[in-house]
Amino acid sequence: MAILDVTNLSISFGGLRAVDNFNISIEEGALYGLIGPNGAGKTTVFNLLTGVYKPNEGHIILDGKDITGKKTIEINKEGIARTFQNIRLFKELTVQENVMVGLHNEITYPTLAGILKLPSYRRAEKEMREKSIELLKVFDLDQEADTLASNLPYGKQRKLEIARALATNPKLLLLDEPAAGMNPNETLELMNTIQFVRDQFKMTILLIEHDMKLVSGICSKLTVLNFGQVLCQGDTEEVLNNPEVVKAYLGE
Amino acid sequence: MKTEKKKTGTLFTANTKQLMITYGMVIVVYLICEICILTGVMSNQMKGLLVPLCYYVIMAVSLNLTVGILGELSLGHAGFSCVGLFVGATFSVSMKDVITVPYLRFFLAILIGALAAGVIGLLIGIPVLRLRGDYLAIVTLAVCEIIKNVVNVIYLGKDSAGLHISTKDTASLNLEETGTVIIKGPQGVSGMPSDANFTIGIILILITLFIVLNLIHSRDGRAIMAIRDNLIAAESVGINITKYKLMAFSVSAALAGAAGAFYGHNYQTINATTNSFGYNMSIMILVFVVLGGLGNIRGSMIAAVILTLLPELLRDLSEYRLLIYSIILIGMMLLNWSPKAIEWKKGLAAKLSGKRQAMKEKKPSAKEVQ
Repeated sequence: MAILDVTNLSISFGGLRAVDNFNISIEEGALYGLIGPNGAGKTTVFNLLTGVYKPNEGHIILDGKDITGKKTIEINKEGIARTFQNIRLFKELTVQENVMVGLHNEITYPTLAGILKLPSYRRAEKEMREKSIELLKVFDLDQEADTLASNLPYGKQRKLEIARALATNPKLLLLDEPAAGMNPNETLELMNTIQFVRDQFKMTILLIEHDMKLVSGICSKLTVLNFGQVLCQGDTEEVLNNPEVVKAYLGE
Repeated sequence: MKTEKKKTGTLFTANTKQLMITYGMVIVVYLICEICILTGVMSNQMKGLLVPLCYYVIMAVSLNLTVGILGELSLGHAGFSCVGLFVGATFSVSMKDVITVPYLRFFLAILIGALAAGVIGLLIGIPVLRLRGDYLAIVTLAVCEIIKNVVNVIYLGKDSAGLHISTKDTASLNLEETGTVIIKGPQGVSGMPSDANFTIGIILILITLFIVLNLIHSRDGRAIMAIRDNLIAAESVGINITKYKLMAFSVSAALAGAAGAFYGHNYQTINATTNSFGYNMSIMILVFVVLGGLGNIRGSMIAAVILTLLPELLRDLSEYRLLIYSIILIGMMLLNWSPKAIEWKKGLAAKLSGKRQAMKEKKPSAKEVQ
């Protein structure tokens, strides 16, 4: 069963049709890749899926529910979490606090309980601390729990962003160039982590990536975008050998 | 496993320890002041400063919630304290004969002043918090001036038929002969019971600290700081931006209102002049917050105390007063923000804690050997 069904999604900025008639269907538990040259509209697709932009046309169905045109926070509550191409962490908070912000809607207590430090506050905070450490362990960040997020090295900042997104307990995880700026070793490690996350949390993952080694290594299916339109869609092997795709990337 | 458990444990107690130091500081200062008063060391001039001092401390702490924790520049903080003052004062004057227990009446006046300022903060926050940065600063500045000017044209009186309000003059209130005028336009409120004293001020500071610090260390506080650090990311993890911005802004306004109501009760007559409730005051409070360190609650308290006392202590130097004041301002800023000074302070702190550790253990610990 498809967890995400997108039909005829389109958006224009002025005269530019940034995403034109985009269709995608992602099976539950899949690791799906979205690739294409720079400026093809990949991040715009992510922004449409997460409600940052409202589509001009088309529908987004998540797990049988129409979420088209909803606000970002509602879409997050419905079960889509994301990371960003240019890392967006809460820099002045610690690593653990970053993940605890991700748990904001998962573990709750009233404001007044927090101000008066009632037992419900202590219980919920303890649960949040334990859960966040658990998540940090998956990404091997638990030793840095008390470090300020801005003091982490680049590769770990990317991992922390994924941990924070996972904390919101999503059905679908969108990763925007998770391997950008990583060296080959870090990329390899990240590939393992992404696969581990998919298996461990039974997550569906859609990722944008330029690193073809990563894409061909872990994605089972691909969609190629070019000038806002779907150029090609299907199994990874087929797509990467498609002459059209090669042309779009390398030119004639 | 063991190390992790210890880690979360120490984090939690470190937090509590910091809270205790902050509360302890206030109580120690209070005790020292009380001893000085009892032994007669403190001059009358200093005694007169104690209540304003408490007022400035509460104002600085509450503004830090908006500027340091939420990360939005507000230049209208004095306006909210003005609302609190006049609403609280109106309550006190009109209830003077009804509630005769002075502390209960004062407590209610502060509460009502805080509520009124909080509601005004909420109403203003809804449209204004859509703006960011410079624009928000300009609008809050304007709001503050509007509040001050509105207060200056209000005439409010009371008689057996209830409250009368007018914007013209005392005569147009049409009061009965037994009625009293509470707010007399530019002349302000008169006939207020002077209930405020240093002890109540300290209690109010502790309550303010309790609310602000506990809010910061809760789930809601983290959400507010997440918005400050990255709005788009905060939204992407499901944080309601509007709700938390309004929460921080209106709590900050309500605390300013409580401070205002408290401050007003130090005088029998008080009016809203530019100096006490205009942008001058707002900017002075902002100076406390910035010099004390954005987001640093303890720092803004210390800055408020030093910068309020300084002009008084320097009074003997007459014309050099402002010169020295500004030099100290620059010095404090450098000490707080220059990278070298920060490094030096860190080194000093490490040295001190290292010494303490060594004294405690006497034998070198494994860490030090390494």
